[in-house]
Amino acid sequence: MAVKLPPVDVVIVGSGWTGGIVAKELAPTGLKVVMLERGRFQDTSPDFAAPQSHDALKYSRRLELAQDLSKETVTFRNDASQTALPMRQYGFFIPGTNVGGSGAHWSGLTWRWSEWEHRMLSGTVEKYGRSIIPSDMHLQDWPIAYKDIEPYYDRFEKVCGISGKAGNLRGKIQPGGNPFEAPRRNEFPLPPMTAAQSMVMFEAATKNLGYNPFPIPTANCSGDYVNPDGVALGQCHYCGHCTNYGCEANAKASPHFTMIPLARKNRNFELRTNSMVMKVNLDSEGKRATGVTYVDARGREYEQPADLVVLGAFVTGNVQLMLYSGIGKPYDAQSNTGVVGRNYAFQSLGGARVEVPRDTFINPFMGSGALGTWIDDWNGDNFDFGKAGYIAGGGISAGQNSGDPLNYHPTGPGQPRWGAGWKKAMADGYQHSTGVGFQGAVMSYRQNFLDLDPTYRDAWGRPLLRVTFDWQANEQKIIAANTAICQQIAAEMSGKKASATPAPGRLIPGRRFSSVPYQTSHNTGGAVFGDDPRTSAVNKYCQSWDVPNVFVLGASALPQNAGRNPTGPVGALAFWAADAITNRYLKRPGRLV
Amino acid sequence: MTDHKLTDRRTLLKFAGLGMGAAAVPGTLGAQQTDPVAQTGANPVPPSGGHAGHAMAGRTPAPATDAAPAGYMFLDTEEAAFVEAFVDTLIPADELSAKGSELGVATFIDRQLYSAWGQGRTMYLQGPFVEGTPEQGYQSALTPADIVRLGIAEANAVVRNTYADNSFDTVTDAERVAIVTALEADKIALEVVPTPVFFRMLFQLAMDGFFADPLYGGNKGKASWKLLGYPGVGEMYSDKIAEWRNKPFRVEEPMSIQDFG
Ligand SMILES: Cc1cc2nc3c(=O)[nH]c(=O)nc-3n(C[C@H](O)[C@H](O)[C@H](O)COP(=O)(O)OP(=O)(O)OC[C@H]3O[C@@H](n4cnc5c(N)ncnc54)[C@H](O)[C@@H]3O)c2cc1C
Ligand code: SF4
Repeated sequence: MAVKLPPVDVVIVGSGWTGGIVAKELAPTGLKVVMLERGRFQDTSPDFAAPQSHDALKYSRRLELAQDLSKETVTFRNDASQTALPMRQYGFFIPGTNVGGSGAHWSGLTWRWSEWEHRMLSGTVEKYGRSIIPSDMHLQDWPIAYKDIEPYYDRFEKVCGISGKAGNLRGKIQPGGNPFEAPRRNEFPLPPMTAAQSMVMFEAATKNLGYNPFPIPTANCSGDYVNPDGVALGQCHYCGHCTNYGCEANAKASPHFTMIPLARKNRNFELRTNSMVMKVNLDSEGKRATGVTYVDARGREYEQPADLVVLGAFVTGNVQLMLYSGIGKPYDAQSNTGVVGRNYAFQSLGGARVEVPRDTFINPFMGSGALGTWIDDWNGDNFDFGKAGYIAGGGISAGQNSGDPLNYHPTGPGQPRWGAGWKKAMADGYQHSTGVGFQGAVMSYRQNFLDLDPTYRDAWGRPLLRVTFDWQANEQKIIAANTAICQQIAAEMSGKKASATPAPGRLIPGRRFSSVPYQTSHNTGGAVFGDDPRTSAVNKYCQSWDVPNVFVLGASALPQNAGRNPTGPVGALAFWAADAITNRYLKRPGRLV
Repeated sequence: MTDHKLTDRRTLLKFAGLGMGAAAVPGTLGAQQTDPVAQTGANPVPPSGGHAGHAMAGRTPAPATDAAPAGYMFLDTEEAAFVEAFVDTLIPADELSAKGSELGVATFIDRQLYSAWGQGRTMYLQGPFVEGTPEQGYQSALTPADIVRLGIAEANAVVRNTYADNSFDTVTDAERVAIVTALEADKIALEVVPTPVFFRMLFQLAMDGFFADPLYGGNKGKASWKLLGYPGVGEMYSDKIAEWRNKPFRVEEPMSIQDFG
């Protein structure tokens, strides 16, 4: 029997970027706010203190900061004719846990999506006509335009101290920035990071080929910085222990220090860790949330009544909780009806190896999670994708992330993987090779979706979330085209024909999607936002159509995935929703649309 | 094949296990070997000519002198012999480094299998266990420790049949290379543990033991880091990344977590 706790005004599920932003924005209202986080408490000191925080085995191999799969995981199948099976070890994505969520150990590439990426349907139809869209593709616009969300992008960038170079300041194209960028009101808060050797080479090669390289906007600070909330961020050390690690220098923006402590300054805010939310409770008519039920570390069950529930439990957690709770109609692929679980998408990755001349030295250990140079020439609708035969494209880049030998000890193609000869090849490859990679957009389809698994259960007896996903023809074409462009750039960089061998764990064009290798944690969709309740689970403020005192935040709202990382829009949308909650919903609780 | 010193080797192993097992506290002994004061503030080796970065000239491979933890916690004598022979086959001694077992790689594997990870603590291990498609990945109730334990027993059984009753650790070096090659190519069929699963697990563990921070018992003397020219952990490059661009940045002694005390 659940212990019933005294009621509060707001319950926030999850302490990642979305939960953190809402907590920080709502706590000063004086409302009683409780944040429930399934993981443990963590803070920069002592949890991310060096040198222990540079323990590659612990963080990058054993994934210390990831969700405990023995308790909950997802099941996976490529299509509905198969039986889904559980992801028993970490695979295609790494769900985060603990205070700060994935935001504590992300890489920090922080994008504003392009104007077209906010209106993929109408933008495509205007340029190419409706016939270019395959019948099973669920192409949808965001319910808000880029210009609506621009001030919130600006805010998120300032909070994080994003390092970058504007490409489009109020409509004026800026040299050195991304010429395809949507107009921005302000420069980035910090200048770009210092370029590493592979970036210098990539820049020269892509310029030679007539492309437009620019530094990736990063949440790894290029200098010391104090954000508008007075939070101090340190300069990045280029320590090479970033992705999957916490940052000792507070150089990598994370909600655990930019949001949670500010919320906690308010005595009406309470953070409860080791609190696993089981479901959102609804009233007898299923029209109103009455609170949530959660379980503590000892297994004791609590009911926390609340007037407002905000879900910030990552894409998978949000969809799971909606399905467990009966919020919104579950998606049914057969009849193509229902909305919760609809429009799930992932992201494609690939690239080419670059063998550099022997008098060129890469120093691969000097790097950061987001250190890189990028081109957008083959991304979004920046080129004639109609002619290429697909919709959308991919971003292409080179950079340096980590040279820790545990994960990085490359040898050339055809060279031995072990034994005599191998060590020599490796000693040579370490300083003299690098790579060019792409990150491809993924559209949403009728046949790619999330629902509940009929067989496999989590540690509390709830059905696991089932992922049904495969590359469709459009994505296969994007993967093939971008692999070829990466090879062209790699050849230009190395001065010789690039190897076609994709890096291990990367995609091979023509293959089905595999859940086995880690790719990205850029899952999108499942509870998308829109103007039409038949094709969206939440409205433009990320408010549930069916249960209006539930807001669902995160990349679950994005109707399809772009050829770039999602957290820029995710952070901006959280500020946008928090604004709607404080300035509109609290004044007149009810449906905002 | 008369010169396989089967009994000697086993006896030796037993003694090793008995004598030193209790003494080792991971980390402490290794740390004593180093002088943290002398090593803080890495000394970049200036680029000498064009190819200094990968030439290991002047750098004698570490004879693995630091006293890393000894004695096996998980592996029994037969398994330990197999694992030592395996890591020595993958990582043979040459001018670039000592062999795998001397670098503590077998010790590393032993510790990992004994750890919560080895025992499958963070794996989803609920049934039903059904063989899926390759895209669905690992589907079995075997933990990493089970994979290695059962796999070794099976692989050794095959080896005994093929090589006149010799186990993997008692065949010749050339035969070991042939056996590992066959395992990697899935040319030796095992009953319970699928060969690719067994090979990948042991291969990955050997690699991890060679490259991970010496904190975990492998990579003694930071042999692999020195081989690659990796400066180790804890280094800050904010003021070096521009200065050293396109020049090989080297340090006298890479820093491991243990060196920070
Ligand atoms: C290794 C890695 C690298 C990444 N790199 C980048 C990058 O470079 N650029 C980029 O844009 N994005 C990147 N991302 C993605 C980015 O981290 C996410 O987009 C972002 O953190 C999403 O924020 P969120 O609040 O939706 O979810 P999260 O930050 O994941 O937070 C969700 C929180 O909810 C908690 N939770 C979940 N379910 C429950 C429950 N039932 N009860 C209680 N608590 C629960 C979780 O423990 C977690 O703390 C990366 C992610 C990973 C894992
Ligand atoms: S690379 Fe920079 S941002 Fe990343 S963990 Fe190291 S110091 Fe922090």
